[in-house]
Amino acid sequence: MRPVYAISGGVSKFAKARPDKNFQAIVMEAYDYAINDIGLDFPTFTSLVDGSVASYFSDHFSRQLMAAIMAQDYLGLIPKPSHRVEGGGATGGICFQEAWKSVASGHMDICVAYGFETMSHVETWKGNEFIALASDVSFDYPVGGFYSGYYAMMVTRHMKEFGTTVEQMASVSVKNHINAYHNPYAQKRNRYTIQDVRNSVMVAWPLTRLDICVMSDGAAATILVSEDGLRRLEGAGATIPRPLVEVTGIGRGTDAMRMSDRPHFDYDFFIQNYATEQERNSGETRAYYRRLWDHGTRYPGVHSFRAGRTAGNMAYQMAGIFDPLDELDFIELHDAYTSSEIQTYEDLGLCRYGEGGSFAESGKAYMPDIDYGLELTAEPQCPVNPSGGLIACGHPVGATGLMQAVFAIWQLQGTIEQHFGDNTLQVNNARRGAIHSHAGTGTYVTVSILEKQD
Amino acid sequence: MSKLPSKRAETLGGYIVHGIPFPVDTDTESLAFLKRLAPLQIEQDYKITYLHSYGQDSPWFAALSNKKLLANREPESSYTYATPRGHDIYSGAETEWIDITDRQAQVHAFTVCHFGSEEFLPETPFVLALVEFEDVDTLLLTRLMGLNPDDASLDWIGMTVIPKFLRNSQLKPTDVYFVPKMN
Repeated sequence: MRPVYAISGGVSKFAKARPDKNFQAIVMEAYDYAINDIGLDFPTFTSLVDGSVASYFSDHFSRQLMAAIMAQDYLGLIPKPSHRVEGGGATGGICFQEAWKSVASGHMDICVAYGFETMSHVETWKGNEFIALASDVSFDYPVGGFYSGYYAMMVTRHMKEFGTTVEQMASVSVKNHINAYHNPYAQKRNRYTIQDVRNSVMVAWPLTRLDICVMSDGAAATILVSEDGLRRLEGAGATIPRPLVEVTGIGRGTDAMRMSDRPHFDYDFFIQNYATEQERNSGETRAYYRRLWDHGTRYPGVHSFRAGRTAGNMAYQMAGIFDPLDELDFIELHDAYTSSEIQTYEDLGLCRYGEGGSFAESGKAYMPDIDYGLELTAEPQCPVNPSGGLIACGHPVGATGLMQAVFAIWQLQGTIEQHFGDNTLQVNNARRGAIHSHAGTGTYVTVSILEKQD
Repeated sequence: MSKLPSKRAETLGGYIVHGIPFPVDTDTESLAFLKRLAPLQIEQDYKITYLHSYGQDSPWFAALSNKKLLANREPESSYTYATPRGHDIYSGAETEWIDITDRQAQVHAFTVCHFGSEEFLPETPFVLALVEFEDVDTLLLTRLMGLNPDDASLDWIGMTVIPKFLRNSQLKPTDVYFVPKMN
């Protein structure tokens, strides 16, 4: 595999509904932005790009099969090679990694990853029905298929197992909404308090309306290149910021579609197969986990995402990361629910399993210099979802994982102010970041590491 | 064979609209106005009836209609699945059927859905739960009845429950549901 650089990206404004354009034209907004950002015009870039990977989740939402080829056509990319990927909520993250593979393998020198979803074409509860069809239609969906319900079940177990509180979950919502206040691409830019989150409409106990992301229309695109691709683009007049942003690690994990099938492994199996390298090397942490297991905890059960832990461990190993909290400068992770952000802190090894709730309210995942109206006990260490995440930016499924990639590229290029018109969300001296994309009840999870070259 | 009519009938269904704003003239300058036209949106119905097969899991549904709750077990390891699975995930071996109707069961996790997918909205609020069974390795997603949705509490986790069966089977996993076991 050869080095792959993420050189540019674009995001359409995520919105509840975009009836003003069809999905192809919304993709084009993001695509054009990515091209223009490196100073090329459409025909020049078209003549140089080798191909693409396309991402959208559901044929149901657009009532259009093979929608990806229509986007490929609209972008003027035919007859160049392309394929569509689909993996639920992780579709965008998978797309990013497949584009990485296209370049890393030598198959392409310049590859565009673009993704989209237009979810406004059906009513919210019909949309929830479509999404719930991403659960077993023999055994899960007919019982009352509803993803917010599935996640609520997972978090009741997390609460029972580890003492996680609804206020800790609400603090994630407060953080992400307030971050998004400074992100013009975000769908929901509001200041909330923990009380606001708890007082909002109860959707699936204990998750309220403000614990849950919204459906959106939107698109995102990124351009990945090899060193040869870089030379070709710059030879044609492209202006590509230095230092470059390199994709230094990718990881992916999977798990059973049905939550009910998730295993409950013993302590030894967990330590041997799922503990992070850091956890495995810490006697204190091993003792901590031994106490949890003595108390009845089993892994992953329905409270944890072993696909996320698998993806994280794989990406960290490839990128040479031992202590993610210390060695990552920010993370854009898949917070479809406040509860899943907390669960993901643990999967990604920012804290130990069982400590996600206290980590959430500690302040370690917050941006410095933003007043959240919360009493935080720790200094910001690794901002999580500085963009506002899915909860505030929205979740046009096929675009979401790519949106994270675009925001990560801008963070590492140090160009947040240029793109947001506001420097508040620029992570100081951002050198290395992670993006995390997550499907189903934890069925596909991708983690990719992006790093600014020295 | 008679010739087709030269005009399509105007009453074949779809939309009948009148008076959508449009420039009187169609020169380039007049048509530039169309860039400011609000999008036109129409409704499209999409209704399908699927013939869904439960395949190798069919006996589980047949059992429910006979007021029995089955599980699958790997013959060698005895790893047992509360939700049917034709082949074991670890050995790949074909599983066998066992009866777990009378096994002790308790709530492993739950939620109260105050909203739901469109199909289930009329049933809200309802309680979804994952139930664990004695000596069974995996869980079963089900509905809990007999509880007050407004009293949701983590204390429900661990509650002993018993299966109930619909008298008139619908051949759905909701043919079985659970209620708290009365002491």
